[in-house]
Amino acid sequence: MAAPPKKSLFTQIREGQVWNSIFRHGPPDNTRNRSLAVLTNVFLHLHPVKVRKSGLRLKYTWCAGGTTFFLFLVETITGLLLMFYYRPTSEYAFSDILDLRSQVPLGIMREIHRWGAHAMVIAVWLHMLRVFMTGSYKPPREFNWNIGVLLLVLTLLLSFTGYLLPWDQLAMWAVTVGSNMARATPFLGNEGPGAALLRVGDISLVHAGDDARFALLAGRFVGSGALLRFYVLHCVGIPLVAAVLMAVHFWRVRKDGGISGPL
Amino acid sequence: MPDEIKAGAAPPPTPAAPAAPAASAAPGVTRRGFLTWIGVAWASFSGAMGVASLSTLRYFFPNVLFEPPQTFKAGFPEEYIAGQVDNRFKESFGVFMVRDEKTLYALKAVCTHLGCTPNWLEAEFKFKCPCHGSGFYMSGINFEGPAPRPLERYRIVTAEDGQILVDKTKIYREEKGEWQDPESFIAT
Repeated sequence: MAAPPKKSLFTQIREGQVWNSIFRHGPPDNTRNRSLAVLTNVFLHLHPVKVRKSGLRLKYTWCAGGTTFFLFLVETITGLLLMFYYRPTSEYAFSDILDLRSQVPLGIMREIHRWGAHAMVIAVWLHMLRVFMTGSYKPPREFNWNIGVLLLVLTLLLSFTGYLLPWDQLAMWAVTVGSNMARATPFLGNEGPGAALLRVGDISLVHAGDDARFALLAGRFVGSGALLRFYVLHCVGIPLVAAVLMAVHFWRVRKDGGISGPL
Repeated sequence: MPDEIKAGAAPPPTPAAPAAPAASAAPGVTRRGFLTWIGVAWASFSGAMGVASLSTLRYFFPNVLFEPPQTFKAGFPEEYIAGQVDNRFKESFGVFMVRDEKTLYALKAVCTHLGCTPNWLEAEFKFKCPCHGSGFYMSGINFEGPAPRPLERYRIVTAEDGQILVDKTKIYREEKGEWQDPESFIAT
């Protein structure tokens, strides 16, 4: 009785339980398995099975949306790395930023994060310009345009909240000026329309000590409370909401027939 | 409802009386009673969620602030020299104390353009904002640069001990004619 032929290590792995628990289809040597390779992979399943030729034309798409997403990933990774050194307190924030530049190996990390942020705002703007100029906001894509507008606002808010974190004079005054806009929020800001109506007798319900700007800054001025709030919003709050909206955005692109083609 | 059932149709079923519940229901539980309890359950759940949401919103408004108080005593009127702007409370409270020939008033040290802190330039006898160059006279009236309206005044009264009390919770705007208000200045 002859022994069965010895299998190679590669074959043993391919037939083993570990491999087959992760990749639940045979080798991609036929159309069905090749489709399954895409459909059963969490990273590839958002990608459509078929891509239209126009969707790949750089002259048409500018790849601005893809660039934006790529920059979001760059910002996520470099931002995460910056969190290892940066402390969001009025005592340390400014010196930590200086140390990131001069005392930390690969001191360009902070600059990548900063320039990436500038580039992302430009990329979002170019993406929206392209979508607008090609009429891709029209039905059935009008819902996705609205998601995109929300993502534009979130991108700007990410830039704005990140602006305070170096804790220098530029940051302080820029956010002092910027957060003054919250004073004028209708009904929620103490100088906004409607705030004067919210009175009980002689007591004003919306004043400088309890309005929208106060909640944003944790006080009446830009101080250590504002620094911590902006840090949390910058690192966790806004990116989380943006990631959820991006998932909807990409899913909707696919459901609406992929990237829109020339009219 | 039995009233809505058309005549001539199959004999209407007897209305579910509390005494005779449906066979499937547990004894003692009527359909109406069950739905009432569902309503009560939903109302309490919604109420609890509402209270939780409002509490979470309230969480963002701290009870204690590590900021200068909103009212402060600014010494006696005699301490201020006529025709001069006093900077002593600019750093700590954001207030310029100004005394002209007849009155003493507290100007809010916040530019009406975008909210920076202007400086008093003694030599040029004007307030000047460092950011975009808004200029204000000693009275607080704007005369150059982008600031759209005069500096604001804080409420200023004489306390029982004769000291000046500056109250930052109330502001007076010139363009609304509020500088006529007796609490927007102290006659000296």
